[in-house]
Amino acid sequence: MSSGTAVVLDNVAVDRTVRRLAHEIVEFHDGVADVVLVGIQKGGALLTKQLIREISNIEDTPVKWGTLDITLHRDDLGLAGLPSAPLGSELPDIDNRIVVLVDDVLFTGRSVRAALDAINYLGRPKAVRLAVLVDRGHRELPIRADMVGKNIPTAMGDEIQISELDQRIDSVLLRRGENQ
Amino acid sequence: MMTKERKYSSELEDTNFADGQPDLVWDHENVLDLDDFTVQEIETVIALAEQMREVLDRRIARAPALRGFTVVNLFFEPSTRTRASFELAGKVLGADVISVSADNSSVVKGESLIDTVKTLSAMRADAIVMRHSMSGAPYLASTYTDAAIINAGDGSHAHPTQALLDIYTLKQRLGSLHGKKIVMVGDISHSRVARSGIWGFSAMGAEVVLCGPPTLLPAGLNENLDVSTKSTNLPSVQVETDIDVALDNADVVMALRLQKERQQGGLLPSLREYSKLYQVTQERLSRAKQNHVLMHPGPKNEGIEIAGDVASGSNSTIEEQVTNGVAVRMALLYLLAGKGQAGNN
Repeated sequence: MSSGTAVVLDNVAVDRTVRRLAHEIVEFHDGVADVVLVGIQKGGALLTKQLIREISNIEDTPVKWGTLDITLHRDDLGLAGLPSAPLGSELPDIDNRIVVLVDDVLFTGRSVRAALDAINYLGRPKAVRLAVLVDRGHRELPIRADMVGKNIPTAMGDEIQISELDQRIDSVLLRRGENQ
Repeated sequence: MMTKERKYSSELEDTNFADGQPDLVWDHENVLDLDDFTVQEIETVIALAEQMREVLDRRIARAPALRGFTVVNLFFEPSTRTRASFELAGKVLGADVISVSADNSSVVKGESLIDTVKTLSAMRADAIVMRHSMSGAPYLASTYTDAAIINAGDGSHAHPTQALLDIYTLKQRLGSLHGKKIVMVGDISHSRVARSGIWGFSAMGAEVVLCGPPTLLPAGLNENLDVSTKSTNLPSVQVETDIDVALDNADVVMALRLQKERQQGGLLPSLREYSKLYQVTQERLSRAKQNHVLMHPGPKNEGIEIAGDVASGSNSTIEEQVTNGVAVRMALLYLLAGKGQAGNN
């Protein structure tokens, strides 16, 4: 098969999926009073913004949120060339609250592991959940999402591209890798 | 950072989620001096230091990016802040840090610098932070080891991490160093802080003025000299022996420690005369800009190069400099760790 790029979620589908995820988060936690949405920089932070909008349409209580940078908790410093600059974290108090980690793509699970590690140094939440827009498989760690926007079966060499427009996730593309 | 409650309606629109990941520019295996740093590299260190400062200010200040990375502090001269700062910087980032000081090491038994460095290197040290009384010692050391060498002060030559933390502190206070008048007062000729500062501040666009008694100003710095005959290759600076003239309209005043251990007689008639003529006092500072920044790299001799009330006044950044020093050293260790291992792939 030749390599090519396919749209997996267009902008309408992204909006629809985010709306469903928002409903699931609210339903799962019986409202959002105890919930803190925590977007993993930076794709997850964009998704968090979209989720907050949707949740504000369903719930009267404003949802608490923050952003989390996992750069300093990664396990690949020095393996992938020059390290990247952290974008910084900004979190409300997470002690005794339910942290919903938000990320755009769930792949090996290593980002989520790093995020759990980072959370561990920042407070003691009552529980930590995971919401992702896309689950593409190929986990390298025993990690699973509680709320998934879309499962996309992929080959290891494939690439999921998140395209942004005006500080929001606009569409999700799948680019097939070579040698298939 | 933990206390801020943000809610949808109030602050969502103000937050720039798409803030681009700053491009890190970095091409060093060692940090020896700032003379080979580009402006982009200095800015990379400062941008990272800001993020490291956020980690440092957390309730649990720990982000284990440097797990398995070994830092050895090798100090042939006394130090409180630089050594403790590097130790903390390494530990906050999860590195293993050990400190060796010359007076209780095999150096006492006559081991050479090169052998000492080779020994630490053989123990798989990833970075060696080195302070030595001889200018150039870290350069020599770097040719005998694969470990990253960080110069924590060599003789009268360079103290690059001090200059970087000063730049970071000034950027916090002033926004930009461009066009700012920075006056360094005191024992310039023995000052590695001054030399690295000249490189760093000049690179960032500041105007550097050096002030001290003629016997404590290195020869050949005067801008009136033809560049080709200058005895140093430092960037161009202004030299002024009258402190009242030097401080006129200054944005930044940095008092330098009078290095009593390096005064081999004859340079100063007396400490009393020195402090009378060159002490940074409140009265003298009235010539500087009203919101001037007062710095001192420490340790300070209060009552000699700086008056006590000035050091603890509201324009003083002396304590900020110390805290920022840890953040800057975290940034440097992080950059060197990323660079070093990537090079081995």
